[in-house]
Order: sequence, then C-alpha cells, then structure tokens
Amino acid sequence: MAKPLVKVAGLSRYFDVSAPWLNRVLDGQPRLMLRAVDGIDFEINKGETLALVGESGCGKSTVARLVVGLYRPSTGSIVFDGVDMAGLGGRAEMAPIRRRLQMIFQDPYASLNPRWRVSAIVSEPIRAFNLIKDEAAIVARVGQLLRQVGLSPVDGEKYPHEFSGGQRQRISIARALSSQPEFLVCDEPTSALDVSVQAQILNLMKDLQRQLGLTYLFISHNLAVVRHIADRVGVMYLGRLAEIGPKSTVFSLPRHPYTRMLLDTIPDLDMTGRQRTPVAGEVPNPINPPSGCAFHPRCPFANDRCRSERPEPKLNDTGSITACHAVEEGRLPAGPLTAAA
Amino acid sequence: MAALLEVEHLRIEFPTRRGTLVAVDDISLQIAEGEVLGVVGESGAGKSLTGTAIIGLLEPPGRIAAGEIRLMGRRIDNLPYEEMRKIRGKQIGAVFQDPLTSLNPLYSVGRQLVETIQTHTDMSPTQARTRALELLHEVGIPAAERRIDHYPHQFSGGMRQRVVIALALCVNPKLVIADEPTTALDVSIQAQIIALLKRLCRDHGTAIMLITHDMGVIAETADRVAVMYAGRIAEIGPVRSVIKEAKHPYSHGLMGSIPKINDEKERLDQIEGSMPRLTEIPPGCAFNPRCPHVFDRCRVERPELLDTGVTQASCWLYAHG
Repeated sequence: MAKPLVKVAGLSRYFDVSAPWLNRVLDGQPRLMLRAVDGIDFEINKGETLALVGESGCGKSTVARLVVGLYRPSTGSIVFDGVDMAGLGGRAEMAPIRRRLQMIFQDPYASLNPRWRVSAIVSEPIRAFNLIKDEAAIVARVGQLLRQVGLSPVDGEKYPHEFSGGQRQRISIARALSSQPEFLVCDEPTSALDVSVQAQILNLMKDLQRQLGLTYLFISHNLAVVRHIADRVGVMYLGRLAEIGPKSTVFSLPRHPYTRMLLDTIPDLDMTGRQRTPVAGEVPNPINPPSGCAFHPRCPFANDRCRSERPEPKLNDTGSITACHAVEEGRLPAGPLTAAA
Repeated sequence: MAALLEVEHLRIEFPTRRGTLVAVDDISLQIAEGEVLGVVGESGAGKSLTGTAIIGLLEPPGRIAAGEIRLMGRRIDNLPYEEMRKIRGKQIGAVFQDPLTSLNPLYSVGRQLVETIQTHTDMSPTQARTRALELLHEVGIPAAERRIDHYPHQFSGGMRQRVVIALALCVNPKLVIADEPTTALDVSIQAQIIALLKRLCRDHGTAIMLITHDMGVIAETADRVAVMYAGRIAEIGPVRSVIKEAKHPYSHGLMGSIPKINDEKERLDQIEGSMPRLTEIPPGCAFNPRCPHVFDRCRVERPELLDTGVTQASCWLYAHG
C-alpha cells in the first residue's frame, strides 16, 4: 500500500480556560485545561476521503484546524507527505506545504470578504503563493476555476452578496482549488445549505475529487452525508476517536456502542412510523470529562473497568479500529442495540 | 373529522420601497385534532412565516393580506392583540428553534412555568407550582424538584428544549406549532426531543404543526406533510406517499437529493439552480425554470393544488380529465 498522504499520531490540543491569574490567586482556583482533542491517530491515503463525525463539542473542527495548521498541536505529530508540520518553525518553512492544503469553511456568508470581487477572492491564493505572474493568465485561470465549479467566468465581476448560499460555497471551493492543492480540509461544508443545494455541492466535490485526484478530510455531524461522501469514517466522542474504519464496516458492522447509538438515532426516510429508542443522556462537559472511557455514563455496557481505565484503540476482526473495553473483551451482544434505553 | 385548524387562501406580504413582496401566496391547509402535519421546504419557502401567522406573531411590516385562519371554527387572524394573547399559550402552544432565546434568562424556569399557568388558568400559586413540577417530570428533567428553581443558563441545550416543550404544553393546548424544534440540537438529543414531543402529543391529543427542513424528522413524526416552495404548497399528502412516490417534480427531486443512510448511491439526484428570490418569482409555476418536465402551460399559468390520487400537487402534469 502507498504511503499515506497525511498521518496524524497522538494528536492533542488543550485550551487553557482558567480564570484570570488574579482570580486564581485570590480564590485559589486551579488551572483548567479543556482537552478539545485528546490523543487521536489516523491516516489518510492519497485520493481518499476520511470523514470525521461527532456531536458538537467532540473536537472535530479542532482537528480540522490543527491539520491545516491554524492551531499548533499541544502534543503529537501531523505528517503531511513526509514532513512533520508540528515541527516546522515559522511562516517560511510552512509556505511550501500551505499551498498544497486548503480549507473550505462551513459558513459561506462569513468566509468570503464582502468587499472583494469574486475574481479577487478566487485569485488571492494564486497571488499569495506567486503561482502565476502574468495578469492575463491569472484572469484566464480564475475563469477556468469558476467554470470548474459550475459558475460562469463573468461571475468574477460580481460581489459575494449577489450569490445564493450554494453559489457562495462554490466560490469557496474555487478559491480553495486555485493554488492547486492536493489536500482539502472541509469543515461542515454543506451544513449551512438547503438539501437540494447540498446535493449539488456534494456531487461537485465528488466530481472534483475524481478529476483532480484530491484527498479530503471531511468534517460533518450528518451521518447520511458522511456515508455518501466518505471512503473511511472516524467517529469522535469528547476529543477521542471512538471508532475508525472503512465506511462499509463502520455503517454496516458498527462495533463501538457510541457508533451504534448514533446510527440508531438518525431519523431516516425509510423508517416512517418506526419507533426509535433514543439514548439517554448528553455529551458531558469536556472541561471535566468522565474518568476511564468518556462514554461510560451513557453506555449500557459499562462496567468498573470502563469507569476507571481509558480504552486504547484496537484493531477489530472487521477491519475497523475501536476504543472500547467491551468490544475488546467480547461482551457486547451482536445485533441492533435496542436494549439501550 | 372536523378540522381543528383551517388555513384558507392565506397570503402574507411585505410592503417594501420597491414594491410588495409576497412571501406566502395562497396557502390552504387543515390540521385535524391530534394530527401531526409536517411542513418542509428550503429556507425562504415561507414555512416559518405560515407558522408565525397562525400564532399571530407576524412582525410588521409583514402582514396577512388575504385569507382566513380558523381555530375550531373561530376566525383568529383578525383578533385584537389582547384576544389573541388569550388564545396563544392556552389553545396554541409554540416551540421555537433556539431554546435559549425562547426562555427569559432572568427568571427561573419554575417561575416562567407558574406565570404561564396562572395567566391561562385560575390556579393558586401552590397549585401552579405543583403542576409545573409535574410538567418538568413529564418532559423528563431529572431531579425536577431541584431544577425547578434553576435559571435557563444552568440547563443544557436539550434540557432547555424540554423546558420549552413543558411551557408549550402547560395548559394543554389543542395545537402546538413547532418551528424547527430540533435543528439547534445534536443528533442524539434530537431523537430524544422528537420522541418526547410525539409521546406528549399522543397522550394529550394535541395536534402539531411541525415545521422543519429535515425530512428525516418529518418521516418519523408526521401523519401528513406539506412541501412548500417559493411561498406555495407544492404538494401535500400522507407522509409515506410523499416520500415514496412524490408526484410534484420538486418534491420528487427533493427526496432524491437527500443522502440516505442505507443507500449506496454514487451520485445524489440534483435539482439544478436554486429557489428564486421573492423579488424574482417567475410567472406561471414558480418551479418552472428548474423543472425537468416543464411545458408551455407551466410558464404562463399558475397551477392550483390538483388531485394526483393519494396526494395533491400543484402541477399541470396532473391536469388531465
């Protein structure tokens, strides 16, 4: 198998959420660290889509920002094509890698500068990385990019407010593609869009991946979207990966109780009238996560070991990697998880 | 069965300097007692406006330009403010998208419940508080005796939405307008809230108008569904028929564009283009520029809801005979 394009190992990011220094001294409060991402490992092969799913606050967006270098990791490494980005020093060292990875953000209303013409927005990465010197060639390239994402070259003269949400997301994609990246990090790219527009954008992203051989890290909370776009899926819970594996395995043979619960709770069009058993409880506060396995307070199979010892990711016989004591010990019942009430 | 709520030829307009915008254009629908009617559509389709018009909370300059809204046979769209206030809460409850903005941050949830109960009934403060406690139990708030004196910010999103549901149901209204009740919540919490809403309304015989863009939620909860497009109802009918065999080209395209969890489709069906802005709704059928089956009549004449067998669709394809 080829060497993975992106390899993340032991990646963590802590945020200091302590009270100000004076309050800490006066009230004797301790420092508080929020472990947004707490030791995760994954690899993404060239031309493949890895999707990270999870509920809000599970750290999936933080992973996206870490991978593109918007945050520095607290510990761990992010190796992009053989270079560890966490070890790189200043801007100069990052620059050659920056061109090769780009990001698409969730909100197409906030991620485009309202005072810039679309042509300026799309050509900015070209100018920033000095990829094309000749002005006429830049104009031609912008026109080509806009066509590639299903807009017209004359749209370059307009401002972002003249476009609908879906069209704006197309502009974001054109901008991301303009530096000819190999790797795109997409943070909930369709969550702000209506379903019919979401279908257009998902189809576009798949087409572009095929044409340009792109690699995607796709962040989403929508399991159905993930199922549609991803090759491999990682399920995150409270800063950790609960389960990661090929899409078909994770969706048809989910092992981790949390994955099963998520799959059980999605309303689906085919289930008209079906009674679902919603799982009790909510995601705990990441400032003060539960001991042991973070999922144990909501898990119907938790025992003493789950409450005290943090499970390590283990490879299953099905080809997915699961961090769960119950899976490891084989005390999970097979079949659907209807007992979870 | 007599309809609980009847909306007839409702039209909502926004006068602007550049002319009048018609946000909701000639909508008619009925909700029977105890029925769950889903209303789906993309943003700007007019689904929330229809809901706000029914509870009489339409904000000026928006106004009801034509049509009637009747609750249990009584016309409610032209009632004076104070009269409408008595109906709102007592006969029609509301659950909105963002539970944080629908609760007053300065009052404890108990006080808000007691206030609502006392406004609409003649219970004593002690009785009202007992009733409030019962309600909090009913919506599944753990340790309700302690939580009743907490403030909204001390609750998580899912718990807040439970409180909002308790508020909506506190005097047993006949109808609840739920406008995107689960959109702000995580999937696992969504399922809890939907299950709760469904159970409570079944127990109390309350009808729900469930407004959402999430077809999955509708599929699971609603008895009938209305698909809205550009201020009009494109199709209305039993939920199963609309999902499995949508007749209107828009609802058909919409169902195909939803990624499904059990489906290994390589490409999603897509409807080209996007919904027109209110300022540029085309003549004839509003969907005609995007419709794969468009013909001459669609471009000039506006279709009314026509019978297609099980559902009703506003599409000229069904105008035979």
